[in-house]
Amino acid sequence: MKIKIALAQFNTRLGNVEDNLQTHLDLIEEAKGHGADLLVFPELSLTGYVLQDLAVTTAIHPHQEDPVFKKLLSLTNDIDLLVGFVHEDRRHRFYIAAAYLSGHQIIHIHNKVYLPTYGMFDEGRFFAWGDSVRAFDTRFGRVGMLICEDFWHASLPYLLWLDGADLLLFTSASPGRGLNKAPRLSSSVWVEHTNRAYAGLFTNFVIHANRVGYEDGLNFWGGSTIHDPNGNLIVRAPDFEEALTLAEIDLNQLHRTRAHLPLLRDERTNLVQRELERITHHHDH
Amino acid sequence: MTIDLTINTDLATKILTGFIRTELNRVGFQRTLLGVSGGIDSALSLYLSARALGPKNVLAVRMPYKTSPDETMEDAQTMIDDLGVQSLTVEITDMVDPLINRYENMDRVRAGNIMARMRMIVLYDQSVPFKGLVMGTSNKTEMLLGYSTVFGDAAAALQPIGDLYKTQVRQLAGALGVPERVIQRAPSADLWEGQTDEGELGFTYDAVDRLLYLLVDQRYRPETCVEEGFDAAFVDRVVRMMRQNHFKRVMPPIAKLSQRTIGYDFLYPRDWGT
Repeated sequence: MKIKIALAQFNTRLGNVEDNLQTHLDLIEEAKGHGADLLVFPELSLTGYVLQDLAVTTAIHPHQEDPVFKKLLSLTNDIDLLVGFVHEDRRHRFYIAAAYLSGHQIIHIHNKVYLPTYGMFDEGRFFAWGDSVRAFDTRFGRVGMLICEDFWHASLPYLLWLDGADLLLFTSASPGRGLNKAPRLSSSVWVEHTNRAYAGLFTNFVIHANRVGYEDGLNFWGGSTIHDPNGNLIVRAPDFEEALTLAEIDLNQLHRTRAHLPLLRDERTNLVQRELERITHHHDH
Repeated sequence: MTIDLTINTDLATKILTGFIRTELNRVGFQRTLLGVSGGIDSALSLYLSARALGPKNVLAVRMPYKTSPDETMEDAQTMIDDLGVQSLTVEITDMVDPLINRYENMDRVRAGNIMARMRMIVLYDQSVPFKGLVMGTSNKTEMLLGYSTVFGDAAAALQPIGDLYKTQVRQLAGALGVPERVIQRAPSADLWEGQTDEGELGFTYDAVDRLLYLLVDQRYRPETCVEEGFDAAFVDRVVRMMRQNHFKRVMPPIAKLSQRTIGYDFLYPRDWGT
């Protein structure tokens, strides 16, 4: 089975959901025109990233009748969408979240588990921590979603892999940093290495959508990528430029790669569980 | 130890021109203006602005005082001609001398600050008819050392080169075609005749940039910098300057009284809603 994936990178209007929704609708039409089966938007694509106190005023309680989701869902006849938003739950906790929409349904919502709250980052001050990670079924197979800092921790991609995800959908609004002699920022190089490593180690497809633009002095570097189960780069979107980047992936590559490299087959989850039990219960280490 | 401050100038140019364009456009502006002294910092901001916005959208303002050296004003004009940006010359002598001459105990630092603040007034005034925002020209070294006049040369809408050390400013200026004379001239705030930054500070930018890189970017402890070969008194002085001048880098504190106070729990990015 071959599917066409579109990666959107654009500059958001900070805290203006209505304007950003319009950009989504335009990009969805464009992606449909190119025959895309799945369109992935970056982290917080409906709101912008450095929200601070805007978190609570841009939040959405996601359901079929919410005006923003209703518009997005109405376009999911023949294209699946991953969108980023601020999720307000029934108890009025605010999460950085990603929603997977397909066939007029909200299939899955992931709340960001790891909120960077150090250095330039202050997410834990404004947002609640997600508390679960689950793979879910789509018309393309089983999928897992993670948001930015989530995949700087190896445990979450690992859990999704064991939970059956063959496609890892990563989104981020990654501020560029680390200018040196190299032609790319060190943060950009690091993220691409990591994505490539996950693809190779898990023999999975790793799809990463990262935004572009600026907020105050922060730049976002784009460079969205798709890596195949061999760890090969299938496509790389331009750095710093708004773009809708399309690539076809062949899901049969999973069969071919895992036939010669049975890392998933040989993964010893019981050993991992036993050792984790020991490590977390045994304080003398 | 080797400390390499070399930057990729193509990448820096890409990020900084995108920053200038995006951050102006999103608040409804297409144009910028800045003071151009003939020194390297304002030269680099000028070249970046012209590249980001097109030369016709940039206004270079020369604001000499009567003691400003002719050659720096000539270099400023050379760059204006080279880029084809719009330009204006506003001599500030007649504006600042009445205040400077008003007090017998006036000293040269006060006078220099008066000049820096008058240049700020001229720029902010010109920003209205030009319909542009004032572009900053401060680099990371001077910001960290606090070597600037608060509400004077430090006043601006955007700071494109504020994360580049002085030695990196030289590198990027060279790549963008800033004249070699401007790059090579001893940096001076032009506060009085014959003044140079390095003479007044008592150390070179090369040395202090390397130290700041360790202290700030690499989070070295001061004592570790001494172990790595930096002079203890020099390290001590630089650490003290950074701390004592921190007030120049932050907004004035607001005395908290209410439940929600600007700066503490009323927190919005500058780009709010744009």
